[in-house]
Formats: sequence, C-alpha cells, structure tokens
Amino acid sequence: MAKVSFVVNGEARTLDLDTRTTLLDALREHLHLTGTKKGCDHGQCGACTVMVDGRRINSCLTLAVMHEGDDITTIEGLGTPQKLHPMQAAFVKHDGYQCGYCTPGQICSAVAALDEIKAGIPSHVSADLTAPPQLTAIELRERMSGNICRCGAYSNILDAIAEVAGRTS
Amino acid sequence: MKFDAPATFNPIDRLKVVGRPTDRIDGPLKATGTAPYAYERHDVVPNQAYGYVVGSAIAKGRIASIDLKDAAAAPGVLAVVTAQNAGKLDKGEFNVARLFGGPDIQHYHQAIALVVAETFEQARAAAQLVRVDYVPAKGAFDLAAAKDAAIKLEPSFGGPADTAAGDFAGAFAKAPVRLDATYSTPDQSHAMMEPHASIAAWDGDRLTVWTSNQMIDWGTTDMAKTLRIGKEKVRLVSPYIGGGFGGKLFLRADALLAALGARAAKRPVKVALPRPLMINNTTHRPATIQRIRIGATKDGKIAAIGHESWSGNLPGGDPETAVGQTRLLYAGKNRMTAMRTAHLDLAEGNAMRAPGEAPGMMALEIAIDEMAEKLNLDPIEFRIRNDTQVDPEHPQRPFSQRQLIECLRIGSDRFGWSKRNPAPGKTRDGRWLVGLGVAAAFRNNLLAPSGARVRLDDRGIVTVETDMTDIGTGSYTIIAQTAAEMMGVSLDKVVVRLGDSAFPVSCGSGGQFGANNSTSGVYAACVKLREAVARKLGFNSPDVAFVDGEVRSGNRSVALAEAAGERGLAAEDAIEYGELDKTYQQSTFGAHFVEVAVDAATAEIRLRRMLAVCAAGRILNPKSARSQVIGAMTMGAGAALMEELVVDKRRGFFVNHDLAGYEVPVHADIPHQDVIFLDETDPISSPMKAKGVGELGICGVGAAVANAIYNATGVRVRDYPITLDKLLDRLPEMA
Repeated sequence: MAKVSFVVNGEARTLDLDTRTTLLDALREHLHLTGTKKGCDHGQCGACTVMVDGRRINSCLTLAVMHEGDDITTIEGLGTPQKLHPMQAAFVKHDGYQCGYCTPGQICSAVAALDEIKAGIPSHVSADLTAPPQLTAIELRERMSGNICRCGAYSNILDAIAEVAGRTS
Repeated sequence: MKFDAPATFNPIDRLKVVGRPTDRIDGPLKATGTAPYAYERHDVVPNQAYGYVVGSAIAKGRIASIDLKDAAAAPGVLAVVTAQNAGKLDKGEFNVARLFGGPDIQHYHQAIALVVAETFEQARAAAQLVRVDYVPAKGAFDLAAAKDAAIKLEPSFGGPADTAAGDFAGAFAKAPVRLDATYSTPDQSHAMMEPHASIAAWDGDRLTVWTSNQMIDWGTTDMAKTLRIGKEKVRLVSPYIGGGFGGKLFLRADALLAALGARAAKRPVKVALPRPLMINNTTHRPATIQRIRIGATKDGKIAAIGHESWSGNLPGGDPETAVGQTRLLYAGKNRMTAMRTAHLDLAEGNAMRAPGEAPGMMALEIAIDEMAEKLNLDPIEFRIRNDTQVDPEHPQRPFSQRQLIECLRIGSDRFGWSKRNPAPGKTRDGRWLVGLGVAAAFRNNLLAPSGARVRLDDRGIVTVETDMTDIGTGSYTIIAQTAAEMMGVSLDKVVVRLGDSAFPVSCGSGGQFGANNSTSGVYAACVKLREAVARKLGFNSPDVAFVDGEVRSGNRSVALAEAAGERGLAAEDAIEYGELDKTYQQSTFGAHFVEVAVDAATAEIRLRRMLAVCAAGRILNPKSARSQVIGAMTMGAGAALMEELVVDKRRGFFVNHDLAGYEVPVHADIPHQDVIFLDETDPISSPMKAKGVGELGICGVGAAVANAIYNATGVRVRDYPITLDKLLDRLPEMA
C-alpha cells in the first residue's frame, strides 16, 4: 500500500492504494469517477484516455502512485449534462457516438489533440515537421486513431471535432 | 395488439416527432461519462467484491486436477469457485458450450475458475496461483480440413440447410455464360468496446444482476435455468450497453460467475471479462467457405444460381447461414442453396451483426461483379436486369417493398459512377491506382413480439417501461419519439426506462429488428393508454385527438396532466404479428458505393469515399439511423480489409485475441461517409411502417470494397480480408 495525492478535476484527492492499482482503477474503483472507461486495460483502445498535466494518456497504462502531485482531468472535469463542454455538445449534435462507451475517451482525446495542434506538435502525417501542423481531416484522423470506436461513429466524430476546431481556431 | 392487416393512417403518420433527426435523449449522459454501465454501479449495492476469471489453457480435454490452495490463501481472497464446488449447474437454452468448464473442457479460455477477493488487484494476482493439470485431447480446428466431413444440420434460424427450385444443375450446365468460384471469410470478433461485465447480488434466494446484455428475457431465462432456480427469482438490469453486435445476446460467463461468486463469498461480486479472454471465451462469427455458381444468358439474365456454404461449430452449434440472401436477392428460375456444418472445437460460433447475410453478401456480391464482367455488362445494369419483385422460390409471394433498383440508380448518380473506367487497373492518381466498386445491400426484416408499459402522471409526464435495450442503436430516443407522437406531447415530457427484467418483455436488440418491433410495442401500449384517457373523460375514442399536451374531442379539451389525475393512468400491451410476413417477403435493400486507392508500389489500400443508399421503410430518426448505417459500413470495411481471427490449428485457439492483434478500423481508416435514405413507408411491416437499418449497412459493403480494389488493380481477391500481401505480386507493371 502507498499513499498518493493528486488533483482530479480541480479537487485535491489523497488515496491509500495497493501499488498495483492503475490510474484508471484509482479513478473508477476508488474515486467512483466511472466516466473514464476500461475497454482493454492494455493501452489498445483509448477508452481510458484522461489528461494529466494537460497531456492525454491511457490511464490503464500507468500506475496511480506514479502521479504524485499531478493535475488530472477526466471527462467529468470537462462538463456536466447541464453544462456541456463545447466538445461534448458537438458530439451530441453530430451523433458522434452510439453505445457511448468509447465516448469519454474520444472527447478527452479530441480536446487534447486540438491543443497539440495549437502547440505545434507534429504527427505521423504532418508533411513538414517544423511547420505548424494544419487542422486538416487527415491530421485529426491520425491523431484520433488511438481511440477505437467499434460502433464506427468516426465520420460523425470527425465532424464534431472539426466544428469545435473551426470555432476555436 | 395483433397486427394482421396492413397499417392505415394512424397517429404516427402525423410525423411531428417521429421521423425527425432528433439528438439522442441519452446523449448528454454519454458525452459526460454519467451514463452508468454494468461494472460501474457503485450506487446499487454496497460491499462489492471483485471476481477474476481463469480461462482454460487447452482447447479440448479435461482437467485432471486443480489446485486452489495457494489462490485461496492469497491476500484478500474471499472465495475460489470452480464447476466442482459451485453446485450442480444446468446449461442455458441459448448456450452451446457450458459457461463454466471442468472437468471436461470444450474450448480454449472456457472459464474454469473464479477468484473472488477484496480488490481487483488481489483477485487478479490470486488467479495466477490457480494451478491446473490438464489432459489434452485431440480436437478439430481447421475448417478447410474438416470441410469434406461436414454434415447437413438444420439451423435454428436462417432457413433450411438445403433449398431448391427448378432444375439448377441442368440450367447451369446449359447456360452460355457461367461462373463457378469459391470464396472464404474468416472468423471474426464482435470486439465491442465494453467487455462483458456484471455485478451480482443475492438477497436470500433472489438474485439481481446488473449486466450488459442485449436480450434481457433470454438472459433472465438462462440465468434461472443454469442456476436451477425459478425465473421469478432472477432480475437482470441493463440500462446502458457498451456495444453488443450479437456478442451480448446471451447469458455469458461474467454474469453466471458473478452470481456464483456472490453466493460463495456471501456478498455482491463484480466480474468483467479481461479483454484478452473475451475472444476465445465468448462467441464469434464463424469462418465460411462459399461456392457460388451462376449461369446466365448472353443478354445477362440469370438462368441458374447456386450458393453453398461450409462453416464449423461445436456440437450443438448452428451453421453460419451465409446462403440466405441468395434465395431472395436476384431472379432466376433454377436455384439451389446448401449449408454444411463441420465439427470444430473452437469457441462457440454464433450471431454477429447480420449473421448469415454479412459473410454471404461478401461472397455473393463479388460473384455478381465477376459475372457482370464476363457478360461485359455494367455491374449495376446486371443487377437491374435480374431484379425481382417477388420471392423467386414462391412467385405468388411479393416483396412488401423492394426499391433495390432505385437505390442503385440514385447511388450511381450521387457517386459519379458514370466516370468509372470499367477496365481494371487503368485509373491513376499519382502513385495511386484508383477504383470504384458497387454492391447491393440486403437484409431481411424480422418480426418479433414486443411489449411495453406506459404511464401518464399528473404532471403530464409519459413514462415508458420496457425491457428493450439500447446498445447504441438509439432505442431510448426512438421510443421517446414514438410515445411523444402517440400521446401528443413534446419529447421533454417523455421518460424512457429500459433494460430491466421487471419491465414488460420486448423483442430485445438483435437482427436489426429492435427499432421496428420495440416502437410498435410502445405504439400498442400507447393506443391502450389513449383509450384509458378517453374512457376516463367520457370521450368517444374514435374522434379523440391528442395534441399539444391536451386531449381534444369535439369542442372539449382537457390537459393530459388533468386527465391523468392524482392517481395517474397506466396501460400495458404488446405488439404481436399475424401472417403478413408469410404473405409478403419483408426485406430491406440498399446499394453500397466505394472508392479506393491502392498504392501502385506497396499495395497499401485506402478508402477514399463511401456511400450507402438505403430503402428500409420509415426511418424513425434519420440522425441515429444514419449512425447505424455508417457504423455498419465501418465494420464492413474492417471485414473487407483487416478483420481476421487467426486460428492456431495445432493448439486450437484464436491467436490474436485482443485489440492489438485483432485489428478493427480506426479513425485513419475511414473516410467521410454518406448515407441516403429513400422516402419509404412499409405498411405491411408494422403500425410504425418501419423496418431496420442496423444490419443492412454491413451487408454488401465488404464486397463493394473488394470490387473497388479489383477495379483499381485488376486483382480479384476471393479470400477475405484483402490485405496487401494478397495484391502485392499481382499488381499492374509499374510504368
């Protein structure tokens, strides 16, 4: 067992955890923040995507005790049903989901991916690694490819992200 | 309500709420992570312990001994359950293999133990300490090798093993233009995002299971049967389901083992199947080998069409009914189909999205493309020449609606089909070889009884309760739209509660029958509620109108809230069907168009454009229906290009049993997708005049991809998936 303290969605939390506990299970089983989903527990599907210190990660691939002092944002930290984050609202408008299980991960990933583009971080499909990356469909698809949607809502998810990107850029 | 005559004008036809592209009413919950899925129900019962499943390490044989000592002594462990200490268990009606194996093992990763502990980490660690000695037996795992010994087995769904009309053999032999080709489709996995998961809690001899299940009544029935207790003692609750695609039609090991674990540990237990266990532990779409023979006249009329399919399963399992659509899709007097089933000791094969038709259309619609080429006909024109408005085996039996030609023609215009160069391998765009492909889409419309309860309260709120499930299909929303339309209220005045065995039994989710049947059940209940409202107000029901939250008759009008009064009003009914599906063939139709680009040097395949045109009765919500179709197109693209469970033929299991090994489409694989719904209502189908679309979208799309690749490269691949290694040494010469 080990004690770990971090900030989740703006709130300081301290947990006494089995050191084998993943960040994902700390969120879901200990803090009851079940918006972050467990799809594979092996970093293969992206359903567990959260933002740690502003960067998206697969929370199943990292142990909770490694996050002492970190600032963690989950889907619950983006918005609520009564007060949706613009990306959440765009997913509803464009029907960017079906079963909803990958959705929190898609939304967290989408928010972080737009920030990455804004920060000038290139991707595998960026033609020029030193030029600012463009907000193109191919860039967005590449950056979102770690988030699987088996229902196949990709075309709609892209419309949702593009709308938010257009609005904020 | 018995539906035994074609629908006439009814309140749904007002289309004030139904038929509109409404956002999902459960959307804000899903987008904020607040929709509760099975494993997340911290709210329902305290003191939940964690169960971890141990799967068999052999495919066939028996357990000689199982040593639980170390596992039981591990920190935090509360119980270790095996088939031996779980008490006598029966097998579910819908299960082929037992959900809890041992001492006999029927397939790899069959569950053989559940370790229950205080925490997930403790249960997982202790599960590694269960030591098993196996006596392996020789099994059969290779479909191609077992094919010749396959037997004739009548499937429980999907038509007889053998069908025939006219003289196929004679007509095929005489036909001037003939195709005789063999195709194969691999084993495939549902790979839904939410693993099978359940929380079970006993209260005395009563069991409640919060689970993820498409068919609540089947699950409840089989849980009771397996545990050998009364069905009235079992309650299943499944309001949100993270995808199913057929993989959650049945009671599975997570639910049964959670119940057994909870009984042994004497406290609630939650169990999720670990992702790497899912593929071999649960069901999959069986591989097929299909032979198609088509004989035609020189002017492109089909004279003979034959379709045979071989698939494998465990003893007691069904064949993959891949020949079904060939009985109905094209004209031709002389026809035959046959299915043969080989005994294989892989995990149970069962329904996956459009069972039968999905792999069947993957083969048939390549064959049609090949035949059109032999005839020197455009593949759309060949399909049009062989359209039929009647069941070809029973010409007195018409299709209730059949707009296949319209789908093809409209799609052809919208997609720019006329620009396609029919000569394969001739269209270049820089380093890319570009091709267009088309295929018909076809899936039958299935009717199933479906019940619902509707309540009206003194705030004018209409609450619908049915054990119908929403697996991402949009059931919540279309059921709310139906109730709103029927009761003349706005959508925000409707509450929908689903997925609870305490509610009236519905059709459940499967076979693209959910939308039409479940909303028809809600329609039936609402008709009764309308009658109850009218009766209470002393209105003469035929001339009563339900509009804008009011009930109106003549010049009287009463608010629904007032009509309900303090005690409220409730009604329950179910839709049942007469003979209309026997008098008429009810099917859904469509056309898929695909543009691909194939790298001229590396054979990398990229999808550039996809279009589906669908004729599927009334579309209850064009927004969620469109999502069903694009999702099916995406899964069909996966089937065409990447999805394949690779069989280890020596040890007998699917090797690539996780989401890294079993590749499914990701964002980068899928282009923008277009869907067009033809304006259609089908009064033969139901009072909703709707049909289904969720499976139509996957039927044919794989072949459209294959045909586009052929058009791009001139390489005809008949064995799915079409990976670049199958093209590489046959690509056109580089200039």
